Amino acid sequence: MKNILAVSGIVIKELYRRKDFYVLFILTVLLCLVMASVNIFNDKNIIRYLKEICLLLVWIASLVIAITTTARQIPAERENRTLFPLLAKPLTRSQLLLGKFLGCWLACGLALLCFYLFFGLLASSREHYWPLVNYFQAAALHWVMLGVVIALTLFGSLVFTAPSSNATICFVVVGGILLLGRHLNKVALPLPEPRRSLLYSLYYAIPHFELFDVRDLIIHNWPPIAWRVCGLASLYALAYTAVFLIAACMIFRRRALN
Amino acid sequence: MNANPYRLPGLLLIALFVLCFGLAAHLDLWFQAWQGNRSQSANPMGVLLGDSRRMFANHFFVKADAYFHSGYYPSVFDNREAFRTPHMAEDTGTVGGHNQGDELGFLGPPRDWIDAFSRQFFPSIHTHLDEGGARGKAAPSGDLGESSGVREILPWLRLSAELDPNSVQTYTVTAYWLRQRMGKVAEAEQFLREGLRENPGSYEILYELGRIFAENHNDPARACNLWELALRNWQKLESAKSDPDKFLLMQIVSHLATLEEKQGNYRQALVYMQLWKEHSPEPARIQQRIEELRQKLQPPSVGKAEPRLKAGT
Repeated sequence: MKNILAVSGIVIKELYRRKDFYVLFILTVLLCLVMASVNIFNDKNIIRYLKEICLLLVWIASLVIAITTTARQIPAERENRTLFPLLAKPLTRSQLLLGKFLGCWLACGLALLCFYLFFGLLASSREHYWPLVNYFQAAALHWVMLGVVIALTLFGSLVFTAPSSNATICFVVVGGILLLGRHLNKVALPLPEPRRSLLYSLYYAIPHFELFDVRDLIIHNWPPIAWRVCGLASLYALAYTAVFLIAACMIFRRRALN
Repeated sequence: MNANPYRLPGLLLIALFVLCFGLAAHLDLWFQAWQGNRSQSANPMGVLLGDSRRMFANHFFVKADAYFHSGYYPSVFDNREAFRTPHMAEDTGTVGGHNQGDELGFLGPPRDWIDAFSRQFFPSIHTHLDEGGARGKAAPSGDLGESSGVREILPWLRLSAELDPNSVQTYTVTAYWLRQRMGKVAEAEQFLREGLRENPGSYEILYELGRIFAENHNDPARACNLWELALRNWQKLESAKSDPDKFLLMQIVSHLATLEEKQGNYRQALVYMQLWKEHSPEPARIQQRIEELRQKLQPPSVGKAEPRLKAGT
């Protein structure tokens, strides 16, 4: 565990030394402030459109940070030839991979904390109340989902040769599931066999990222989700994270490093 | 003698700069006169998107309706029969509804465990913002409770109007919610006038403008003038069509008839009621009102003006 934490510490330092997060955060803040300055029929209490735009930017920024940071971890170590000295230390390949995962996940968690803090401040500036439980649930579910995305990207970085192709494929897969994952069963039902069974199997097999997207509940001030449901969703995400990490470890153990 | 290595590139740069300056000065004259010059438009959306912006206008109009339902809205994969006409537009009384089916349960029973589980993570209960929205803070009457929440649909309606200034429905729907539920009469009137500038002679906008004068400004004379103009424009634009907008015709003539009756102009009211009866799905009910009005006319009404407008003119 000590080794894993040491590797993850390096990854977190790398994130705050890089400019990606700062650029995305400042861009989000600027865009939201510009949108907040728009006068809509002289009504200063209109907020939901602003919450929607802000949360959309937070989701895009978090996915960009998670995928681009993770996709370059292993290829960069290989290119800079720092992978060999790292593995020469008492550090197994699985520990290295788990350290990278934990580092990226924690770094994304820190980024999310800043983003949701800004979102909370922006929303409360017009709504004048803090639905803290709702915000906590939204941020926590978002973070748990990013865990699956990071594990998937880490797995992809061992399957695909270039970080750019891995990042592109991960963006397409994650974006596709977020947009269409919920509706695959409806599309499958009227199809003839065997296409119906194939599509339904895909529906059950993919990690349903859209479960963790509770933006509509936050935007429209719906009551909080039951904690039991949140817990089950987290278990679902952790199971998929474990699947991708185990697969990545298995590939990395057999992979020739040079 | 050492030649300056920067001399030739420097001269080339100056020559290119002079060429660019000359070309820009020459082309600017042509560009300013060119019909396709977008920079003449004062609308930034028009400059950015051109005519393609109209494609997105309906998307944002529907988004406003999704906000009206606090996010509970069918996707393209769901049964949209109950949402063909946006509910926020139907509630204004300026649009005829074409909705069928169950608006409360378009999701249907869960198809599988993922479907059932996922319904905890998005709005899956039918609510209206003017009845309290997601928190359900409805007034005891069931209407107008927490109606200030309706303001949240306005940004998308405004954006929709910016994208397609010729979509008349956007102006009438926005104006209704502004004046009726938020008390912003001045803003509603200004927005309708903007709409009228973009769509001169629109009978829908004239009708809605008339409602502002009748219901908010308490100025029946101007309301009557606006509705009469709306009726004339309707007859000019719609009467020749195979499927005319009868819904709005009935709205205009029914309001005109009621207004004239209130003003004591019974003969004029009768003319509008006849027109109303011709197009109404319930002619018997209108006939009853006509009979009541005729009874009022039994004693000769001295000094009443001849009808200004005859049915069918």
